[in-house]
Amino acid sequence: MASSLNKPKLIVNGKRIDGRDFNELRPLKIEAGVLKNADGSAYEEWGNNKVLAAVYGPKEAPRYLADPEKAVIRAKYSMASFSGLDGHGRSAPSRREVEISKVTSDVFSNIIEVSQFPNSVIEIDIEILQSDGGTRAAGITAASVALANAGIPMKDLVYAVSGARIEDKMAIDVNMIEDNYSDADIPFAISPRNNEVLLLQFDGGVTPEQMKEAEKLVLEAGKTISKIQKDALKKSYEDISAKYEKK
Amino acid sequence: MRCIYLDAMSRMKSNYIKKLSEEGKREDSRNAFDFRDIKIIKGLIDHAEGSAQVDIGDTRVIAGVKMVVESPHEDTPNEGNLVVSVTILPMAATEYESGPPSPEEIELSRVTDRGIRSAVSIDPASLFIEEGKVWSVYVDVYVLNYSGNMLDAASIAAMAALVNARVPEYKDGSVNYEKRDKKLNIKNIVTSTTFAKIGSSLFLDPNENEESAMDARLTVQVDDKEIRAMQKGLPGSFTMDEINKLIDVSFDKHKELKELIMK
Repeated sequence: MASSLNKPKLIVNGKRIDGRDFNELRPLKIEAGVLKNADGSAYEEWGNNKVLAAVYGPKEAPRYLADPEKAVIRAKYSMASFSGLDGHGRSAPSRREVEISKVTSDVFSNIIEVSQFPNSVIEIDIEILQSDGGTRAAGITAASVALANAGIPMKDLVYAVSGARIEDKMAIDVNMIEDNYSDADIPFAISPRNNEVLLLQFDGGVTPEQMKEAEKLVLEAGKTISKIQKDALKKSYEDISAKYEKK
Repeated sequence: MRCIYLDAMSRMKSNYIKKLSEEGKREDSRNAFDFRDIKIIKGLIDHAEGSAQVDIGDTRVIAGVKMVVESPHEDTPNEGNLVVSVTILPMAATEYESGPPSPEEIELSRVTDRGIRSAVSIDPASLFIEEGKVWSVYVDVYVLNYSGNMLDAASIAAMAALVNARVPEYKDGSVNYEKRDKKLNIKNIVTSTTFAKIGSSLFLDPNENEESAMDARLTVQVDDKEIRAMQKGLPGSFTMDEINKLIDVSFDKHKELKELIMK
């Protein structure tokens, strides 16, 4: 968290710093099937975030990793060294990146039909090309589309988004400035068929009532996110059929 | 991960490429010294000081420039730094895994860096800010999709991102990354051409199948007047005449590549 000395005013005339309402998502665009070699891929722009997700597999797992009962899910979240506005990122994976990779792997180990692929591994690569707050949620949302694009059988199309407390108000989908100066950033990953929570991380301070409010905001925003994910997948099939019709 | 079946497939492919090359032909029916289509998009990462995405055929790389205020090296107190590096992301192809960089990746990174650095594309003195403070310019290239010839793609992307770069404002000891009014002064453009030798045939810009069939590889990086860097790779060999011929081709290609980078 940044120092509170030069904290900007996060709420101006009842609106957030970028003019949004408290329950308003940043613009979200997803395109499926953008990379040639990967079995599935997606490119996502979420506010100022720019994210690539790619999937390889299922393929035979190396012996040290293989599980005779199910596929092993290996997600890797990493940030390009030029993704932040300030400074230059380091090239070795940080402890933060390793942790995000781990909790992301957990999300997809739940939702992928892993028992169908014993002794195999499914790799999910998430690259943050430009970061503006909420990148782990953006990565999961994009990876979900990439997995579907790869034809990996899943129980559901997961989405992720952050709830937050900005001053005393609960809000959805914080940007970088809000993230740096707000009191709480609460990323959720949700399986929309039953609204079960697959990822939840939080530190800061909120009351139980405020947490309930955040949950409500997340589920509400989830409807929009889910629709954009599905539309991206539909569009990729339309593009393929258009290509064949031309021929 | 390799299985016997895949190895058999790649052997068949490379036999096919070798057979074609005996008649000087290529599987995508290009002429020997033609590049595949090259596409450059500049400025797509606005958080970076400069950026460029380059496609050569199906090979795709993205480069970003970040400028950071650092202390100069003791032996060059008036000069800034330029560091170019290339990373092959695991998403680039199924055989690339995350982990420590392979020798192949380190060679790729170092050759790209050497060409740009030796052409003095940025005058190090122009990166001087004040005593004890200089700009370090980091150019990082990521390979997003591999389909042969990462080296030329990385070099073109790094140069295009540098040409696209703007210097952040430095005032009263701090950098304002949201204010970038001045263009980074790029004094010279270096371009890269990589050739594959398959049997006795020479081909510019090998695709991935040609790379798996090639016996030797030669990269020639030139500016308007001089050769700036060369790197020969793999166990195969070149004759002196072949090398001189490829140098000529490299100078021939320089003009069109430079135009693409500057555009």
